[in-house]
Amino acid sequence: MIEIKGLTKRFGKKPVVEDVSVTIEPGTITSFIGPNGAGKSTLLSMVSRLLEADTGEVLLDQGNVKKWKSSEFAKRVSILKQSNYLNVRLTVRELIAFGRYPYSKGRLTAEDEKFVDQALVYMNLTEMQDKLLDELSGGQKQRAFIAMVIAQDTDYVLLDEPLNNLDMKHSVQIMKILRKLVDELGKTVVIVLHDINFASVYSDRIVALKDGKLVKNGPTHEIINSDALREIYDMDIPIQEQNGCRICVYFNSHA
Amino acid sequence: MRKNSTKLIFLAVLAIICILLYGFYDIKGGFDYAFPRRMIRVTAMVVTAIAIAYSTVVFQTITHNRILTPSMMGLDSMYEVVQTLIYFFAGSMSVWVLNKYLNFGAAIFAMVLFALILYRFLFRADKHPIYLLLLIGMIIGTLLGSLVTFLQVLIDPVEYLSLQNRLFATFSNVKADLLYISIGILLIAFIYGYRIMGKLDVMSLGRENAMNLGVNYDRMVMKILILSSVLIATSTALVGPITFFGLIVANLSYQYLVTYKHSILILGASLIAIIALVGGQFLVEHIFELRTTLSVIINFVGGIYFIYLLLKESRAAG
Repeated sequence: MIEIKGLTKRFGKKPVVEDVSVTIEPGTITSFIGPNGAGKSTLLSMVSRLLEADTGEVLLDQGNVKKWKSSEFAKRVSILKQSNYLNVRLTVRELIAFGRYPYSKGRLTAEDEKFVDQALVYMNLTEMQDKLLDELSGGQKQRAFIAMVIAQDTDYVLLDEPLNNLDMKHSVQIMKILRKLVDELGKTVVIVLHDINFASVYSDRIVALKDGKLVKNGPTHEIINSDALREIYDMDIPIQEQNGCRICVYFNSHA
Repeated sequence: MRKNSTKLIFLAVLAIICILLYGFYDIKGGFDYAFPRRMIRVTAMVVTAIAIAYSTVVFQTITHNRILTPSMMGLDSMYEVVQTLIYFFAGSMSVWVLNKYLNFGAAIFAMVLFALILYRFLFRADKHPIYLLLLIGMIIGTLLGSLVTFLQVLIDPVEYLSLQNRLFATFSNVKADLLYISIGILLIAFIYGYRIMGKLDVMSLGRENAMNLGVNYDRMVMKILILSSVLIATSTALVGPITFFGLIVANLSYQYLVTYKHSILILGASLIAIIALVGGQFLVEHIFELRTTLSVIINFVGGIYFIYLLLKESRAAG
């Protein structure tokens, strides 16, 4: 279980995340939503130790994440950030094999190869495993990076806006795969999302931030309603039900 | 994989041929006189070659670029600054000059400090465009150079001659007294390097990906910067500064051996460096008959290659 307790981060004097406390339920998809600059990515970075918090703490299995050994932590929690520009030439398979580094330290065993193969199948990349990353489209590249964290085989998978720059088809593909990770492999996924409809349709729980503060935290159906959304986005957002999914129709609402 | 090992063997054979040619070609006069002298020089060149190749590749990995090198950021000018300051304030008869280990240690210390400060202010933020960094490097280099000249003008002429003698290390005039300690440093660097090769590979994926995979990135960067500075100090002390050399050998290695594996890249760059230095010096001594120096040739070829890389980079960015 990951517990976030009273986390605060300031850049200069301005607090970007202020006194946020959230518990991440195991075996769920939790979405972080909120307007631009709400502190979603910063919060995710602190949970994954990429960034150090000013005050507060993050606990993984009751232990402060700062006290975890880097190599052990990397077997429990993985993080994928938005920008993934590489200046090394790698094939898809080589990139995914890096996901096994916490276990094998660069010398792949037969078991590692098995995990790599599985990740390739999972992300539908088997056919292009020997292609260089610079030859791939944005969507394929994104899938290769997600395959890397899948091969890392951690209980917690943290993703910072993985749908950025992806078209509808690939976005849906990726969200379905994340759902499978949770339902079939029992992983816990925490994801920063910009599109609230993806959050509404695919996540179990939603954490809403605004100006660095936690404004809503609960099961998806409690958050996706006009009252809660007004509080988060300062917009009147009508909600329509479609095949059991709640869709937010925000395109022509009054801001 | 297999193709790369063939390429490495090819490079190794070429390097050995260069070393043998340099050692045995056209020995006139007493063999007993000439041969040991040549061997000392060739050893110094091999040590220098490996030190520069190794430090450039790891420096470029932690700074995520393929154009900047430690020398271009003014690191080897720092060696001259330290030596000049020592002569200026302590004089040629002080323990800081007479004890070569103390002297060398002081130079290494200053260079490591300089590299850490540079990294802290220029690379940590990770946002500066490469041209700005280059410009800053040039300015720092010029600034340090001017400082050196200024102090040298003020020094007593006799002291100045002694300082010149120390700073004017070249391939034809290797500082052999530092050879043993240099070999020692290189061995330690290799033993340490053997343990961090995998980490270097992961670090080439960038800070965030490397941290995700359990590498303690910021601490590793510090360690590698120190390693890189010590290696540059070693090569500068032996044969003096050669600005563009690291750039050439590192990039030739990236281009020739298309791989992300640092064990292969560093080995390749080292072998290419040995071929270029020993083979180049052979040409200078026997073909050009010492009418030019190797540093001049390297900086000439390297400068052209550098412009080519810059143009390529700007085309890729635009």
